[in-house]
Amino acid sequence: MEDLLFGPFALGFMRRALAGCLALSVAGPPLGVILVLRRMSLMSDVLQHGVLPGLALGYAAFGLSLWAMGLGGLAAGLTIALLAGFLTRATAGREDSQLAGVYLIALALGVAIISQGRGIDLTHLLFGSVMGVDTASLFAMATVATVVVPALALIWRPLVIESFDPLFLAANGGRGGLWHLAFLALVVLCVVSGFMALGTLMAVGLIMLPAIAARHWAGSLAGQVRVAVGLAVLASVAGLLLSFHRDIPAGPAIVLTAGGLWALGLAVGPHHSALARLNL
Amino acid sequence: MRAPHEIILETLTLRHGQVAAVFGVTGSFPPGSLTAIVGPNGAGKTTLLHALVGLHKVFTGRIYRGDLGRADIALLPQASQLDRSFPLTCLETVAMGHWGRVGPWRAVAPAQIAASRRALGEVGLEALAANPIGRLSAGQFQRVLVARLLVQDAPVLLLDEPFNAVDASTAQLIEGLILRWHEEGRTVIAVLHDMDLVRRLFPTTLLLAKVQVDWGPTERVLSAANRDQARAFSDQWSMPPWTDGAAPPAAAVRAQGDAVVPSAARSGAA
Repeated sequence: MEDLLFGPFALGFMRRALAGCLALSVAGPPLGVILVLRRMSLMSDVLQHGVLPGLALGYAAFGLSLWAMGLGGLAAGLTIALLAGFLTRATAGREDSQLAGVYLIALALGVAIISQGRGIDLTHLLFGSVMGVDTASLFAMATVATVVVPALALIWRPLVIESFDPLFLAANGGRGGLWHLAFLALVVLCVVSGFMALGTLMAVGLIMLPAIAARHWAGSLAGQVRVAVGLAVLASVAGLLLSFHRDIPAGPAIVLTAGGLWALGLAVGPHHSALARLNL
Repeated sequence: MRAPHEIILETLTLRHGQVAAVFGVTGSFPPGSLTAIVGPNGAGKTTLLHALVGLHKVFTGRIYRGDLGRADIALLPQASQLDRSFPLTCLETVAMGHWGRVGPWRAVAPAQIAASRRALGEVGLEALAANPIGRLSAGQFQRVLVARLLVQDAPVLLLDEPFNAVDASTAQLIEGLILRWHEEGRTVIAVLHDMDLVRRLFPTTLLLAKVQVDWGPTERVLSAANRDQARAFSDQWSMPPWTDGAAPPAAAVRAQGDAVVPSAARSGAA
């Protein structure tokens, strides 16, 4: 039993992957809670696909460099976020189809660019690999988490008010767009930082799923944030063990574990769950 | 020589994209005035309210706000526009009213928390301070929004359908508050549908049907002739050319605008 649970973490790469995922677990889920509240879950899809062409271009230009790929992903993610924001405003109510169009193209473009290069495993880039977390990318993930948490705390109040009642903030000169952009930048940072361990397609899973699940476990906003972080930590540990023992890529293993926790909350959690509904 | 706190509209025209929402409204809300905005659905009442608080871009014409700042004009939004499953407590929602003083980063002082609790008390919900807003009835939720308005403590109050979907006791409470605000010298502007209530409570009325049908003393504005005219306008814009997103019959609107200028001049003289 001890071997099963703790043995894998005796290995250096497993410890690095765990530390990286824990960093993302602290930074990502609070962003996810806000994404859920702002009804922007689709936006997280757009961003996860949107960073891919940037990563791929960084790789095509500079090879397997964490910095080139990270900065490329960041630039692409921010561009896509701005483009999506523009399309949302310009199309008045038809944004879901526009956003789907954006991310389908971004994914195809990213895969096309990557397949031109040699020496990079598309599976690892999309779905993550515990072996991918070297010391440099671990530091990158830790740095991002260190920046994102206090930054989110700084914009928390206007962001929450704007999510609940955008007219109120706008009428009081609260510059809602500014907070929204700052928030999107933090989400992009988190998605990009997660790509080494979890893959671009799965990093958003660790941001969103614990946040979606937290709605079933806590009623207050602060409670939901705490629960989301706790569930993400749990999913990271359990997912990495699953990945190690069953030889599944780390990203899907962690996301599946988080998904299991969500299903559990949906079934028996104290809020908005099947069980809570039966008791009514 | 404008009095402070007076809000003056000069041939104000507002648009939703390519469609005219409000056309050529002219008149003023003097300090301490109590005005109802009435009109058919789609008449631009909410749009006008949003423009007054700076939420809707002015297309042509002007809004003079005198020395009123952002925090001096408070809006009670339509409760149905807000997400009531949002994980906030009543007290947290009411405390938002301090935004103008605390901004994004200053701490909310204990005195401000106390003021929020007092406001909840004034609307009869002090016992529910820690309750999530998701568990409130429609009337209770409207009371929480009214408490937030009390906390904002603004000299100009804009109420967007404050009596919509509320129970009788909440309606009575809001009615009492409107009268109190009026006595305190605040300017109150409310979008309403209940004509009896308008006649009973509001000395001044603006009848809007995209164009300004009439603006002045309530009894004159709510005359049968005026209301027939408003209905006739609204029948026109519910015809296909107005509803299918095509370009608005701007010439028609302009003609109507000219037709009602005399009434605007009357209200200016009043």
